[in-house]
This record gives sequence, C-alpha cells and structure tokens, in this order.
Amino acid sequence: MLEAPVVVAAALFYLGLLFAVAWWGDRRADQGKSIIANPTIYALSMAVYCTTWTFYGSVGRAAVSGIGFLPVYLGPTLVMALGWFVLLKMIRIVKANRITSIADFISSRYGKSHLLGGLVTIIAVVGIIPYIALQLKAMSGTVSLLLSYPEIVMPSRSATMSVAADMSFYIALILAAFTIVFGTRHLDATERHEGMVAAIALESGVKLVAFLAVGVFVTYGLYDGFGDIFEHLATHPELRHLMTAIPSGQGYTGWFSLILLSGLAVLFLPRQFQVAVVENVNEAHLKRAAWLFPLYLLLINIFVLPIALGGLLHFSGQGVDADTFVLTLPMSQRHEGLALLVFIGGLSAGTGMVIVETIALSTMVCNDLVMPLLLRHKRQSLDESKDLSGVLLGIRRGAIVGILLLGYLYFRLAGEAYALVAIGLISFSAVAQFAPAMIGGMYWRGGTRGGALAGLSAGFLIWGYTLLLPSFAKSGWLPAAFLTQGIFGIDLLRPQQLFGLTGLDEISHCLFWSLLANIGAYVGVSLLRPPMVAEATQATVFVDALKDTGKLGAVLWRGRAKVSDLQELVGRFLGPARAQSAFAAYARRQGRGKLVTLEADAQLVQFAESLLAGAIGSASARVMVASVAKEEPLSIDEVMHILDEASQLRTYSRELERKSRELTAATLELQEANERLQELDRVKDDIMSSVTHELRTPLTSIRAFSELLRDDPKMHLADRERFLGLIVSEAERLSRLINQTLDLAKIESGRADWNGCELDLKEVVEQSLAATSQLFREKDAHVDLDLPDNLPLILADRDRLIQVMLNLLSNAAKFLVQGAGRVSVKLRVLADALEVSVSDNGPGIRPEDQELIFEKFRQVGDTMTAKPAGTGLGLPISRRIVEHFGGRLWVESVPGEGATFRFTLPFADAQVEEAAVA
Amino acid sequence: MQRRILAGDRLIAAFLVGCVLFNYPVLSLFDRNSEVFEIPLIYAYVFVAWAFVIALMAWAVERRVR
Repeated sequence: MLEAPVVVAAALFYLGLLFAVAWWGDRRADQGKSIIANPTIYALSMAVYCTTWTFYGSVGRAAVSGIGFLPVYLGPTLVMALGWFVLLKMIRIVKANRITSIADFISSRYGKSHLLGGLVTIIAVVGIIPYIALQLKAMSGTVSLLLSYPEIVMPSRSATMSVAADMSFYIALILAAFTIVFGTRHLDATERHEGMVAAIALESGVKLVAFLAVGVFVTYGLYDGFGDIFEHLATHPELRHLMTAIPSGQGYTGWFSLILLSGLAVLFLPRQFQVAVVENVNEAHLKRAAWLFPLYLLLINIFVLPIALGGLLHFSGQGVDADTFVLTLPMSQRHEGLALLVFIGGLSAGTGMVIVETIALSTMVCNDLVMPLLLRHKRQSLDESKDLSGVLLGIRRGAIVGILLLGYLYFRLAGEAYALVAIGLISFSAVAQFAPAMIGGMYWRGGTRGGALAGLSAGFLIWGYTLLLPSFAKSGWLPAAFLTQGIFGIDLLRPQQLFGLTGLDEISHCLFWSLLANIGAYVGVSLLRPPMVAEATQATVFVDALKDTGKLGAVLWRGRAKVSDLQELVGRFLGPARAQSAFAAYARRQGRGKLVTLEADAQLVQFAESLLAGAIGSASARVMVASVAKEEPLSIDEVMHILDEASQLRTYSRELERKSRELTAATLELQEANERLQELDRVKDDIMSSVTHELRTPLTSIRAFSELLRDDPKMHLADRERFLGLIVSEAERLSRLINQTLDLAKIESGRADWNGCELDLKEVVEQSLAATSQLFREKDAHVDLDLPDNLPLILADRDRLIQVMLNLLSNAAKFLVQGAGRVSVKLRVLADALEVSVSDNGPGIRPEDQELIFEKFRQVGDTMTAKPAGTGLGLPISRRIVEHFGGRLWVESVPGEGATFRFTLPFADAQVEEAAVA
Repeated sequence: MQRRILAGDRLIAAFLVGCVLFNYPVLSLFDRNSEVFEIPLIYAYVFVAWAFVIALMAWAVERRVR
C-alpha cells in the first residue's frame, strides 16, 4: 500500500482534513464559539515547536551524540517555568497595542521605528530560511524514500537535478498554496487565526501519536523493551560512547549553550511568538500550558534513543542516514501501515511549522518591510485608493511564496551538507539575536532605538559570518579557504575560530560572539543618550505593561482629528465595512449610540491607530494617523512630566482605594456599635419600666390595705390581722424584688462578689432540699431523690449555688397540684461535668415559652387570671450564676406533663486545666 | 493576589531547580558507565530529573493555595 498514488492520496486527504478543521475553527470563531479557548489546545499549538527536526532529526542527532539531542527540549521546559512572567507580559503588551509580530513588537517598543521593524524582519526571514529548508529536506526525503519502497534507497542529491525534476520544488509550491489558503483568506485587524491554531493543535496530536507508535514498535516489536536494546549495545563497543559521555562532541559548554539557545528560541521564533502570544485566547491558559507543553516534549522524546540505537544496530554498515530511521525501520520490516502513519506524522510536523512560520513572517514582511516602503515611495497612489485590504493580502501572499522559494534555494545550496538538527540550530542562533532587544525592552526603560539597531545589526552580522556563510562554504558554494584561513587570509578572522577562540563547538562559538556583540552594542549605544519622546512613552507602555497603563497612549496625544477622516483611513486598509462596524462597536463600548462629534478625542485616535496597527504594523499606523490628524508635538519634558504624573496618579489612586476600603470598614463598625447601643438603650428602658411596674404592684396593695386600716377604726380584729398579714407579705415581696433587682444588676455589670471554691454538689443539693422541705410538705408532695455518692468536686460559690437550687425547688413547688405533686431531684455524672435536674409534674411550659422564662420579668402563664407568684427574676439570675461557673441551665417540658429544669457545672479540675490553657 | 505571588515564586523555584539539575556539575555526577534497571544512568537521570521539574511546575500552578 505504499505505491505513489496511495501516498499522494493519503497526503492530500490529510491536508484536506486540516483545511476542514481550520475552516470549522474559523467559522466557530466568527460565531463567537471559539474551539481553541482551552489550555490544552493552547499547549498543543505551542508544540508546533516540534518540527521534522524533532520528528526525524532527533534520532539522527541521537545516533551521533547520544543524549545530545535533549538540551533543545530542556531549554523550553525551563523557559516555560518563567513563561508565567515573561509570556504573560508579552501577551499583555501585544493585546494592549495590537502587535502582530516580533518585528512589530520591537519596532513599537523603540518608538515605532520603521527602520528597526525592517531590520528585525530581515533578520527573521534570513534566519528562518534554513529552518524552512530543513522542513523541505525532511519532507522531500521521506517522500522519495516511500516511493522507492520496498527498496530502501537514500534520496539522491537535489543539487544535481534540474529544478523541474526536483520534487522538493513542487513540495515548496504546494506548501505555499496551502499556507495562502490557510492564513491569508481575509484580513483581520488582530491577525488572529483561530482555525489555523485548531489545525496546528490537531497536527501536534498526530505527530505525537505517530512518533510514539514507531517508538513502541521499535522498542517492543523489534526488540524486547528498553533493557534489551541497551543489552544489544554491549556487543557493539563502537556505540558505547553514546551511552556514557553525554556531551560527546559538544562538551558541557555545548550542552549549556543548546539549553540557552532553545530557551530563547521558544520565546522568539516567529511561529512560537505567533501561537503563544498573538494567538493566545486567554492568559489564564498559560498556567496549564506551562507544564503541559514540557510534558509533550518529554513524551515525544522518550523513544528517540531506542529508535536511534535500534536503527544503528539494524542498519549497521548499510549506509542508511540516521535522520531517516523513524521511517526506514518500519519500512524494512514491511510494516506499510506504520510507515504511512510515520509519513503523515512527519507531514504534520513539517506543514505545521511551515504554515505558522510563513504566516508570521509574511505578516512581518507586509507590515514592517513592504508597507513602510510603499508609504515612503508610493504615497500618492496609496492615498488615492479607497480600499487597500486587497493590496495587503496580495503582499502577504507574495511574501509566503517568496519565503518558501528562498527556503528551497537554501536547501539546494547548503541543505545537503548538514544533518537536520544542524540546519535548525543555525536558525535558532539567528532568532536568539532578538533576545536582548526584546527582554531589555520589556524590563529596562533605558533601551533606545539606536541601541536596539546597533545590537541587532552586530549580532546578525556575527551570526551571518560565523554560522550562515560557513554553511555555504561547507557546501562548496564559497571557497573552503574561507573556513580554514579566514576572510582575505586573515587568520584571526577565521569564521569558526573568531579571534583565535577555539575549544567551542560552532553553535556555542557563534552564540558567544554574537550575543556578546549584540548585548554590548545594545546597552552601550543605549547609554550614549537619554531616550527620546517616543522611546520614553513606549518604554513606559511596555515596562509597566502588568500595571494599569491602559490609557497612557491617549494621555500622550495632543492634537485635532476628524472622526470621519479616521474612519475613512482605517477603512482603506481594513475595508470600509469592517471599519464601519469597528467604529460602531467602539461607540457602543463608550456608551454612545453614535459617534456624532466631528472632533475625535485622544482615546478615539488611539483606538484607530491600534486598529491600523493590526493591519499594517504600529510604525506605519503611526505615520498614517499622523497624516490625517493635526498633531502638536510634545517635548520630552512634557512627556516625562505626564508619565511621572501618570505613575503618581496610579500611586495616589491605589492609596485612595486603600483608604476608602478602610473607611468603609470603619463605617460598618460604627454602624454596628450604634445599633448595639440603641439596643442596650431600649433594653434599659424596658427594664426600668418593668421594674417600676413590678414595684408599683406591691406598693399599691400595701397602700390600699393601710388606708383601709386607717379609715375604718371599727374593723374586726380578724380582718385587721388578715390585712396586716397581707401588708407584711407584700412588703417582704417588695424587699425581695429590690434585692433581686440589685443582685441582677450587680451580676450583669460584673461587680458581683463571687467566692469560688471546690464544692461537693451533693451537699449543696441536700442543704437546699432541707431548706425547702416545708414548701413540699405544705403541698403534700412526694419528693424523689437520686443523689449518688463520691462525686467529683466542682468549682462554684456555695451561697450562689444554693440560691439557684432554692429557686428551682421553690419554682417546682409553686406549680405542684395540692396533694398529687411529685418532684424528683437527680444528680448525674457526665463526661466532664455534673448535671442536676429538678422535675415536677405540674402544668409544664409551652415550647414557645421555654426560652422566655429566662428573660427578666417574664412570667408565663395566664397573667390575666392568675396573680404572678414570683418576681420574674429568679430564673434569669440562676442562669447567670450557672453560666458564670461555666455551666448551662435550661428547661425541658411537655405541656401537661410537667417540666424538668437542668443545669450542668464542669468538674473543678477541668476548669483549672482550662484556666491553665488560657 | 497572595495566591498568584506564591504560585509565581514556586515557578521560579522550579526554574532554578531545573537549571541546577540539567547542567554541569550536577549532570556530570551521573555521567558514569553504570546502569539502573538496565538503562544507562545518564539517560535515566535526565528523564527522571526532567519529569520531576515538570511535576514541580504542575504542582506550582495547579494546586489550590489554602
């Protein structure tokens, strides 16, 4: 099933599937139902990092240098740990300023400079071209391998063929067409491609599955597990070096440079910037991706070494290129299905990279290279055209074709001399040159346009001299003497031993010199002069991106512009309909139905500029907006003043927020305190009125009886005695009431005297019973006692406790029916307390009254008919006494069946312990 | 806010741990001609250390801070 038509059909079917997914993704995005708003999809899209380099090249690398293939995956792992900070900041900056590419990012940071944007674009394009060549080499190599099946024939050198007969040329064209359809169907102000991301995520899944399938096949099909492969190795001493010295051929320095290099690449490769920053849907996705993406890298690398060793052992001495082991191993075993799966996996890895990379590059070429040139030289015709969106798309499509053809050219010129990984590393070293300007730009306010230009140029030149030109020399397109004797025969300028530096591999060598020159020039030139207006403004926007600087751009614009001019301008690049709807949406957001004003405010100008920036880059957008608005330039002093003011304002507003929060809290507390006071006041009034009422009742009786006695001197002796008896008992009641009121007041105010000592509760209960026995005898009641001996002691005031018991017992006696009363008094030992219960068989208490009776002056029962028999203070006082000693007093009752009052008091030792703890 | 700061600090810690584990000189300690479970030591070490760093990162961002 590996005949040419099947292979081609499978490839086309797969590309069609990708296209369908992308189309679906775009459609869902238009409906607002994004399918990529998911951290896992985001992490998978980041895995576009794994290209055919990983899919085929890692095995080739491993076959030469053992685990030397790994550092390029360890670097990204480490960087993702910092991604939470660096990527988050990049995402914020990009979203706030509608930045669409690295070139735009750097140009925007250093004062929206056309020159800088162009330079970055050139570096990116030149730097990435070898990387694209790598994909072409891998893909065309695998196609020709498959087509020679069942033989395994290494692909012949393309350089010897005519272009028309070279398959890689057609693959490049197909890829260009595919990318154009994918990425440039329409122009979007934000340059986001949801469908593309969905397809990339799918491709990442496919390539992982395909690679794991081969891995399992080789490890467990051809051999008997990891151990078995390594055991076989013992019989091949010439391969032992792969297993021990890690850095065979590169040293620990080389190992470290690859980690650093890949860490920078994963941030600054145009395609990584595209998927991780520009296409990010929600910055919260970064969290999950921070570990999912490294996990993906780990998984796709587990079987690399087994496949490499398996291939070396299997094809020993047959001249099979290790870069093809992933495909040739299944082919040699006649596993046609697996071979086809591998081919599709490799296709995924290659197309994914090419699509995203060329889209990202084409955006750069259009916005930062071609547009500025057009603006400068063809301004006249640009100004005449009403709708330029078609022109923009045309430029991008042209750029895509151009980039792929350049990739093909490099492949023809230099591709054959290098293994896949070596080609990729050349590109990595190129994009690493963006690091100083990018990182410096995000964290250092002092970086200037001049510094960035100098740094980038220096780094790029040294990269070209120490890596790119040698790659041509090694392929024979430049004289070999260039390598061995240096340019013009100057020994010190040998490109790979620059200034006589030896002992480093070519990547470390290039990285050291280029980054040294880059950082040195960037910092050095930046320090020559203070930042200018535009640089200082943008520095603040970028460095303070994580703070709230949303309106800064608007603050720093002063001038006059007409709304209609702005809308027409945006319409020329985005199409009039899109501009119309964008402006309408803006008006809605501002809470206005329509933009009726003729004069645009600074914020609207800022909005229009950022819309344009998405389509033509921030530098060009600046120029275009300036052309329709009458702007008043601000001096550097003014700008610095405004920036200072803005940051001071931010500090003030934070301070203000804090103060207002505190104030709210204080107000709330005050309110509560006030309510408490009012409540207390009300309670006091209640008590006063209750007390006076309670006092008046006995006083009235005393007065009435006294008047009767005074007014009727002839009253019978028996009546006289009865009245005098009533007067005495009412007076007693009165004094009892006064005493209890004073008592309660003392307890409540905390001024009561408590004489706490260890007591035997049983003794107290018995003493109280003795004092009240007369009451029960009068009612002819039966008293049951259940008072065990040897109880633990409790801590309380004896007299107070007797007061409680007397109160409960007299209450019980009060409600007994004459002659049929039963009272039972029980003492029980609980876990950490004693419980006393006093039960009677009186009328009981209704459930709704069971808490009321513990309130002051509340006597329940039918107060209309029955004269209250107590003061209404006994139970509240008792409860307070019990609670004072750490116990509880409550009542249980079923109306009609009597009531049981219970109270608990904790053991003396428990209380002591508690006191000790406190 | 507290939670973000703590997760961030943990990620930085994971980064530093990774930098130490993946580089000279710690790496050279495992560059020996011996095997664990029939797998060459250096190979096993790099993958275990790698998985450990990833686990650290996952723990840092996924765990709810109480």
